[in-house]
Amino acid sequence: MVRGRNAGERAGRAVYNLAVAGGFVFMVLPILLVLWLSLFSNEILTFPPDGYSLRWYQGLLGQQQFIAGFLTSLQVAVLATVLGLLVSVPASLALTRLEFRGRQAILQLLLAPLVVPAIVIGTSLYVLFVEIEIATDLPAVGSVVGLSLAHVLITIPWCVRLVTANLIGVNPAIEEAAASLGARPATVVFKVTLPLIWPGIVAAGLFGFVTSFGNLEISLFLIAPGQTTLPIAILQYLAWKIDPTIAAVSAMQILVIAAGLLITDRFVSLSRVV
Amino acid sequence: MSTVTLEAVSKHYGDAVAVARVDLDVAQGELVVLLGPSGCGKTTTLRMIAGFIEATSGTIRIGARDVTNDPPYRRNVGLVFQNYALFPHLTVFENVAFGLRRRKVAEADIARRVASALEMVQLGALAQRLPRQMSGGQQQRVALARALVIEPDVLLLDEPLSNLDAKLRQDVRVEIRRLQQSLGLTTIMVTHDQEEAMTMGDRLVVMSGGLVQQTGSPRALYQRPANRFVAGFVGRSNFLDGRATGSGFVTKSGWQLRADHDLGAAGTLMLRPEAIQVGTGGPNEASGTVEDVTYLGAATELSVRLDGGDFLFVHETVDAGRSRGDRIALTVPPAALVGLSD
Repeated sequence: MVRGRNAGERAGRAVYNLAVAGGFVFMVLPILLVLWLSLFSNEILTFPPDGYSLRWYQGLLGQQQFIAGFLTSLQVAVLATVLGLLVSVPASLALTRLEFRGRQAILQLLLAPLVVPAIVIGTSLYVLFVEIEIATDLPAVGSVVGLSLAHVLITIPWCVRLVTANLIGVNPAIEEAAASLGARPATVVFKVTLPLIWPGIVAAGLFGFVTSFGNLEISLFLIAPGQTTLPIAILQYLAWKIDPTIAAVSAMQILVIAAGLLITDRFVSLSRVV
Repeated sequence: MSTVTLEAVSKHYGDAVAVARVDLDVAQGELVVLLGPSGCGKTTTLRMIAGFIEATSGTIRIGARDVTNDPPYRRNVGLVFQNYALFPHLTVFENVAFGLRRRKVAEADIARRVASALEMVQLGALAQRLPRQMSGGQQQRVALARALVIEPDVLLLDEPLSNLDAKLRQDVRVEIRRLQQSLGLTTIMVTHDQEEAMTMGDRLVVMSGGLVQQTGSPRALYQRPANRFVAGFVGRSNFLDGRATGSGFVTKSGWQLRADHDLGAAGTLMLRPEAIQVGTGGPNEASGTVEDVTYLGAATELSVRLDGGDFLFVHETVDAGRSRGDRIALTVPPAALVGLSD
């Protein structure tokens, strides 16, 4: 009886470990593959490689479109993340702390960009921006600000989701204690609520940043001629050439995001808030 | 410190009545306990006094001040919660200083007042700890210091002992009572634990279904409960149905008992298990059979089926080593009869 249960338990644990390991390999293998390919010395990707070199990384420095794209993507992602948080944090506070008609509808609206295909958002925004340009003579299409505003749309769902989840996790008695000690509602938010959900806000910003940084579909419609973001630069390069340069670019992108994750994790434990 | 007055305070949620016309006067320095099962309206009442729930009707006064429509941050009440509700991101010192900073107290005064508040709850040495580095009992004492340092007009305690284990509960209970009495704090406490209520309260307010069932001292509630609910909630009791006669009570099964006081028009007779004597030698004797024996430590609870058919719990303080099926004689002193109208 006891032996049987132990054997069953052991088998169960083995299956569990296998599933975890399988999932892990499935997720990590492509990343490792990209890093490996970026070191191949061949001009045309072949297995096995003739040798290894860092020439594709050196070559990147001469490829102006990648550097310009990287900088644009960085600017857009930072702006979109900051603006996204500025919208999402107050919105999440209202959605979780106040009772009002249409609360659910507004929450669904803020999460909607996750459901609508990005290509549809891109097309719609392009039409909108063109109309705005016609009406106001302001350059909407092709400006970094315009592109960032468009990216705000896709950072908001992530930010609202993570921030509301963190807000719901705050013990309401803690905010009530602050109020009974003489803190006005705004003071409660700044002195108690926001410090408590700070890790969630950081995580939300990170997710927003990564989503914006990697976005291709929306940017494709709104970029100015001659301007480029990193994902667009990669796509354009791939259109006429397949060599490990792309792998090197991807490797750089992976390293930047990984560094971001690691640095963030030093300040707030991401596994606790996501 | 101040008095607290509730005048016909009600709270309705749509058609549901959470609290129905509660009247309450809490005197300066008095500890009043709101007691009742969950859903009886005691917590809603406390939260209306704190300002977290808006009263549907009625008036709440702290001292002479009408606070019915004041937000919580203007009421100057000290609150202690069941789950401590300390600010987890602030040190013990900053937790206690929070209310003083909101009142723009000078930094030097803050340091002095926080130190003395922490001294008061014997936590002076732990000022730089974070809440998560402390035990539940310590956290609840920090919460107490935080509530008291602002010199509130009234102290509100919401099930302050429920999250503590039995030993700590005793310690913190004694500590709260000591501080409350030595500082002369006007205090309202909510609990569902009748023992806690009896040992701590100057006065108890027993609530059920949003209504106040009875208000009185622990002794008054125990000895002269207003109705069956109060009698059943405060202490162990026997209830015998029947009717009051001129000189006492007769149960449905025909057992006649004499009382030394008027039972009015009572339809139920209440007898406390420890008021029933084992043996003969009085006007209200009966004999029966022991159906069950439960050892309680200080007493032994006997379940007795009387020969007439009535059933009684009896607490015998001498350990007589009785067992199931034993024959037993009981006597009810005439003073022990309590008549209840429902």
